[in-house]
Amino acid sequence: MARMRRAGAAVALATTVALLAACSGGDGDDNTGDNPSEGGKDVTVTWWHNSNTGDGKTYYDKVAANFEAANPGVHVEVNAMQHEDMVTKLEAAFQAGDAPDVYMERGGGELADHVEAGLTKDLSDAAGETIAKLGGSVAGWQVDGKTYGLPFSVGVVGFWYNKALFDEAGITETPVTMDDLYAAFDKLKAAGITPVSVGAGDKWPAAHYWYYTALRECSQDVLSGAVTSLDFSDPCFVRAGEDVEDLVAQEPFNDGFLTTPAQTGATSASGLLATGKVAMEMQGHWEPGVMQGLTEDGKGLGENTGWFAFPTIEGGEGDQSAALGGGDAWAVGQDAPDEAVDFVQYLLSDEVQKGFAELDMGLPTNSTASQYVSDPALAQLLDVRDNAPYVQLYFDTAFGASVGGAMNDSIALMFAGQASPQDIVDATQAAADAE
Amino acid sequence: MADDATARVGAASPATSTLTDPVPGSASALPGAGAPGGRRRNGAAVRKRLEIAAFVAPALILFFLFVVWPIVKAVQFSFYKWKGYGPLVDFVGLKNYVSVLQNDVFIGALQHNLIIVVASIAIQLPLGLLIALLLNRRMRGQGVLRTIIFVPYVLSEVIAGVVWLQMLAPRYGVIDTMLGWVGLQGPKQGFLGDPRYALWTVIAVLTWKYLGLAIILFLAGLQSVPDELYEAAQIDGASWWQIQRKITIPMLGPTLRTWAFLSMIGSLQLFDMVWILTGGGPANATTTMATFLITEGTKRSNYGIASAASVVLFVVALVLAVLYQYFILRRDSTATTVVRKKARR
Repeated sequence: MARMRRAGAAVALATTVALLAACSGGDGDDNTGDNPSEGGKDVTVTWWHNSNTGDGKTYYDKVAANFEAANPGVHVEVNAMQHEDMVTKLEAAFQAGDAPDVYMERGGGELADHVEAGLTKDLSDAAGETIAKLGGSVAGWQVDGKTYGLPFSVGVVGFWYNKALFDEAGITETPVTMDDLYAAFDKLKAAGITPVSVGAGDKWPAAHYWYYTALRECSQDVLSGAVTSLDFSDPCFVRAGEDVEDLVAQEPFNDGFLTTPAQTGATSASGLLATGKVAMEMQGHWEPGVMQGLTEDGKGLGENTGWFAFPTIEGGEGDQSAALGGGDAWAVGQDAPDEAVDFVQYLLSDEVQKGFAELDMGLPTNSTASQYVSDPALAQLLDVRDNAPYVQLYFDTAFGASVGGAMNDSIALMFAGQASPQDIVDATQAAADAE
Repeated sequence: MADDATARVGAASPATSTLTDPVPGSASALPGAGAPGGRRRNGAAVRKRLEIAAFVAPALILFFLFVVWPIVKAVQFSFYKWKGYGPLVDFVGLKNYVSVLQNDVFIGALQHNLIIVVASIAIQLPLGLLIALLLNRRMRGQGVLRTIIFVPYVLSEVIAGVVWLQMLAPRYGVIDTMLGWVGLQGPKQGFLGDPRYALWTVIAVLTWKYLGLAIILFLAGLQSVPDELYEAAQIDGASWWQIQRKITIPMLGPTLRTWAFLSMIGSLQLFDMVWILTGGGPANATTTMATFLITEGTKRSNYGIASAASVVLFVVALVLAVLYQYFILRRDSTATTVVRKKARR
C-alpha cells in the first residue's frame, strides 16, 4: 500500500515538473531555424505577404527563389496569407515580440506606434539609394525624418462604376462636380438602378466619404497640420460633414447599407457592384482584384469596369485634384538580419516592380515600372496618382487605430442619421486628446 | 494547523496521532483524532503533506495559469495606456476605468446586456415551460419533436449567426421574401440594419437558439416529480391546470432557478451571435460589453481601456452571480443551510 502511494506521488510530482517546464519552455526552442550552420554563413529571412493566390503567389515565390540564387547562403522563408489573417497574425507577432523579418506596413499612425515600440528597423541609411529613387511616395512611411518602409504599391480612391449600367441610365459623361454626381444618382434611380453601394457595416468605406470631402474642403496646410498637431478646430472639417450629410440625404445607397460589409461575399458592397446590382462604389485601387474574387467567372466587371475621380466641391479650400490614397510598404523587423534589408531593396528593384506591374498586382512606385501596368482602369488611376498635387493617406491610417477608429465610428453614426457634422469633429478631437 | 484530511489520516495510524489540535465543533473532531499539546513531528507526517501538495499541485498550477493569472494580467493592463505591444510603461491609474464608465457606448452596452438578461428570462421561461409541459405528455413523435427543438442549441453560435444573417438580409433574404408573399415589407435597412429593431432581432435569434436548452432542462426536471403526487391530486379531483400550478411548477423550482442563472451569466457575456449578426452596430444599437471590449482592444489598439472594460464586465457578472446565489439559489441548497444553522448555534 505504501509503495502504491509513493508511486502515485511520484507520478503527480512528475506531472507538476512537466507542467512547470512547459510553462517556461516557450522561448528556448525556436532558434534552430535561424541558427547559422557550422562553417557557412547561412541566414534565414522570413517574409510575410498577402498575395496568397494565383499568379501573384507564383510570382513572389519566383522572386524569393531568384534572390536566394543571387545570394548564396540566404534562405527566404515565404509565408503567403490571406490579407485579414496576415493583419491579425502580425498584431499577435508584435505582441509576442516575434515579428517577421520582412512584412507589410501601411504607414501613418500605425507605423509611428510600431516605431515608438521599437519594432521596426530604420532603413534611411541602409536603403538610401532606393529611398532616393522612390522619391515623394516614401513620405507616408517616415517618422521624424527617418524612413521605416519602402512603398511598393500606392494607389488612390475613386468611384468604380459599371459602364453598361451608366449607358442604360443614359449617363454619357462621368461626373466631375457634386451636382453632376447627384444628377447621375437621379438618372440611375429613374432607370430603376441602385446608384451606389457602401459597406458601412465595416465603417471605413463610409468614412472614406468624409475623408474625401475634407480633402476637398480643407487646405493642404490644415490637413497636414491636423495630422501632426491633432487639431480639428478649423471649420472646414464641419463643412466636410455637411457635404456628406447632403450626399446621404440623396439616398443613393443600397438597401441595408448600414450593415453591409465592404468586400466579403456577393452581398457585400463590392459584391453588389461586381454582380451588377448597383452602378458604382467608392473604393481603392484594389477593387478590380476584389471584384474578380467575388464573381463566378473570376473576371469581376471585366470590360465594363470604369473609374472616375471623386467630384470637385465648389468653394472648397483644398486642391480639387488632390487624391485620397495609401499603399503598402515593405518594412523590416528590428531584429532582422542585414540580408532582410538587401531583400526589400531587391523587391523594389526595376526588375521585380516590372513583373509586379505586368501582373496588375498593384500600382508600382518605382517610376520605371509604371509603364508596364496593363489594366486600362488601373493605368488611368496611375495617371491620377502621378498628376495629383498630393496624395492624402487615409485618415484612419494616418491618425492610428485609436483616433481613426473613433473617427470612423462617428462617421458611420452619421450615415445612420445619429450624429451631426459637429459630432464627428468632437468625437475625433476627444480621441485625439486622449492620445 | 493541519487541515481535516491530514488529521483524519493521522488518526488511522496511532504512531502519528499527536499531529493536531482538535477543531471545536467541526466534523473532524473524531475521538482520537489527536491529543492536544503534541509537539512531535515525525517524517511520516511531513511526507504526507508533501504527497498532498504534489497531488494537488497540477490542478492548482493549471488553475492559476489559466484562471487566476489572466485575471491578474487584465487588472494590471487596465492601469496602463497600452497599445498591445512594447513595454508597459504608461501608468494612468484609474483613468481607463473613468473613461470606460463615462463612455456612452459602454453604458449603452451595459444596458443592452441587462435588457438581454431580462428579455431572455421573460420570454424563454414561460415559453419553454409551456412547451415542456406539453411535450411531457405521452404522445406520438415525442422523440422527433424533442430532437427538432434541441437542434438550434446544438448548432454553434457562429453557424447559427451566419444562417440568420443570410435569412435576414434586406430585400433578398428569406424573411423579407416571405414577408413579401403576404404583402408586407421589412424595414428598408433590414431588421438588423435599423437601429430601432436590431437589438430585438438579435434577441429573437437568441430565443430561437436557446429555447431548446430551456425545454430540455425543464423536461429533465419534470422527470423528478414523483408520479404519486399526480395520482393523489387526480384522486382529489384536481384539474390539469391545478396540477401544473400546485405541483409541477413548484417541484420544478430548482431547475428553473438554475436555468435562469445560466441564462443570466450567458447573456452578460454575450459575444459571438452579436459579432456575427451586427458587429455591435448599426449605430451601436446592439453593442454588448464583450463586443465593446473586443472593438476597443483589437480594432483600436486601446488594450488598457479594453482591459478596464473586461474587469468591469467581470465585476458586474460576479456581483449579479453572488446576489443571485444569495437571494435565490440559496433556498435550493437546503443541505448547506442546515449545516450553517448548526454552526451558528
